[in-house]
Amino acid sequence: MDAKITARQVYKRYPSVDGGEITALEDFSLDVADGEFVCIVGPSGCGKSTFLRILAGLDTASAGSVTITPGADPRKPLNNVVFQEYAIFPWKTVLDNVAFGLEMRGVGKAEREATAREWIERVGLTKFAGYYPHQISGGMKQRVSIARALANDPEVLLMDEPLGALDAQTRKVLQQEFMRIWEETRKTVVYITHSIDEAVLLGDRVILMTAHPGRTKAVFAVDIPRPRSVESTALPAFSDLTYRIWQELEGEVVRAMGEEGQIKIEE
Amino acid sequence: MTRNTLLIALTLIAWNLLFFIAGWWQPLWWLGLGVGFALFIWLADEAGKTAPLRYQRTYEVGLAVAFPVLLLLAWELIARNEILNPRWFPPPTRIAAALWDLTIHYDTFNKTSMFGRPWLFPQTLAAEGWPAAWSLFTESHVLTTLWRVFAGFIIGVIPGIFVGMIMGMNRTVRTMLDGVMSAIYVLPKIAIFPIMMLVFANPFGEGPKIAVVAISAFFLVAINTMAGVRDIDPVYIQAGRNYGANRLQLFRHVILPGALPVIFAGLRLALGTALIVIVAIEFVRARKGVGFVTFYYWEVLVTEKMYAGLFVVMALGVLLTFSLQWLERRIMPWR
Ligand SMILES: Nc1ncnc2c1ncn2[C@@H]1O[C@H](COP(=O)(O)OP(=O)(O)O)[C@@H](O)[C@H]1O
Ligand SMILES: [Mg+2]
Repeated sequence: MDAKITARQVYKRYPSVDGGEITALEDFSLDVADGEFVCIVGPSGCGKSTFLRILAGLDTASAGSVTITPGADPRKPLNNVVFQEYAIFPWKTVLDNVAFGLEMRGVGKAEREATAREWIERVGLTKFAGYYPHQISGGMKQRVSIARALANDPEVLLMDEPLGALDAQTRKVLQQEFMRIWEETRKTVVYITHSIDEAVLLGDRVILMTAHPGRTKAVFAVDIPRPRSVESTALPAFSDLTYRIWQELEGEVVRAMGEEGQIKIEE
Repeated sequence: MTRNTLLIALTLIAWNLLFFIAGWWQPLWWLGLGVGFALFIWLADEAGKTAPLRYQRTYEVGLAVAFPVLLLLAWELIARNEILNPRWFPPPTRIAAALWDLTIHYDTFNKTSMFGRPWLFPQTLAAEGWPAAWSLFTESHVLTTLWRVFAGFIIGVIPGIFVGMIMGMNRTVRTMLDGVMSAIYVLPKIAIFPIMMLVFANPFGEGPKIAVVAISAFFLVAINTMAGVRDIDPVYIQAGRNYGANRLQLFRHVILPGALPVIFAGLRLALGTALIVIVAIEFVRARKGVGFVTFYYWEVLVTEKMYAGLFVVMALGVLLTFSLQWLERRIMPWR
């Protein structure tokens, strides 16, 4: 199998307030195959976002190596991130936000707007192309953020709890939509979530991380047939796997919460 | 109109009639006005609560206009009845007349007028050509003041934004300049006017005046711009970089628009300060300008014209603020 992403013995240490160091990631390794959908779950503060930032090249590892294999077309960007906080620009319209990556790469106005409109349609925001972010809901903002990433057509898509801030219903709808889009594009995805259900529903593989320092605790292959939908959650295989993952995770969460003052409570 | 509102309205009328008939205005004006205003507020409040939804906007606009009118009316009454000395507090009608007088009047000695007599413009241009028509602009106190504010503002604001941007983005420059800037920031800018008079070849010309306005604007805008850049959520910078923006693109698409709201807050402060500074300077060192007119009429004790000058300053402040708000909406449609 072709490794699209290779992370080898990644360490990340941050200086702490008392002059010491916090180890956010320790000996973390991960291979992701081309076209694979990998989900990472773990207790809050275990270094998931840190790892994603390192993958994205927005932060550097203290030790170890991370590579994303370029594709056949060298002009294609290696990765794009769908941020936990959306991070779509309030000063740009939905259209300009979605076209942003293309604009930065020097794609002409007509072409980039055509591509952007296509993606805006695919995430169901056609009517809102001219709106500014403050005029649309949280779920719509995250759709814009996803469309912005997909319109840029990166080799791998990195998603950091993209649906974490949404209410349960909006979340379900977006999971459905995103599954449909992913079936069509079959992009390589690293998807961080704190929901085990979501990880099992979306992923080919679920990586479970330990807290403090962040390491791989367990890896689960998800063999629920695709295409999946919300009905897949009714399968016995689904509940079996989510239960198994929870059993492993529970101890971590309890341990993480016990470490006084170490854990930031996540939003 | 509910019964309650009607009752309060009647009480208000009765109260005023009582004072009028009994002749209490002179000795008890404070009581008459105080209770009168209290009743008016009660009445307006009641009317606002009971007005149908579609009249709410009308109600708000009406009240916003009615209250200042009422204040002027009260002032008029107080001055007319010589409760306050009308020599120092002339009634608004006399101030309005003075303003009209200043508008049409041309000072042949100083060769100035308040607004520059724009009604003479077409015929002057036709009969005597551009130089004469241009002198109609330069004779104007208002245009002179506006020009000083505008020139100083532009000269101060452009480098202010530039320096603020660099301070926001570069830690070394910021650390070097922060202390100096904060120290100069708190200095009342009018205090550097004497230095500016030493610096310029002609201490009584336009140079020192515009320079003080520019310097005041510069520091306010530079400090706000720096704060605006520092306040940008780092996740936007990360998004910009992750989507392939180079340094210039990052500046153009992320840092500049991200800092704009705070920059505009700085511009508003700078514009207000510019007006304060220029009026203060015109008080002491100018032969022209609204500040000069105001202070001149105080010196010769023509108080209604002094008030007319103050009114013009106020109107200029409102005009400048509105212009900036308009610009803000044009430049930042996403707000
Ligand atoms: N910029 C930083 N400086 C110092 N410590 C950080 C920084 N970013 C993250 N950390 C620490 O690293 C750990 C992992 O954080 P993060 O990757 O955000 O966790 P997660 O996304 O899994 O909730 C946390 O303990 C956090 O406090
Ligand atoms: Mg996180």
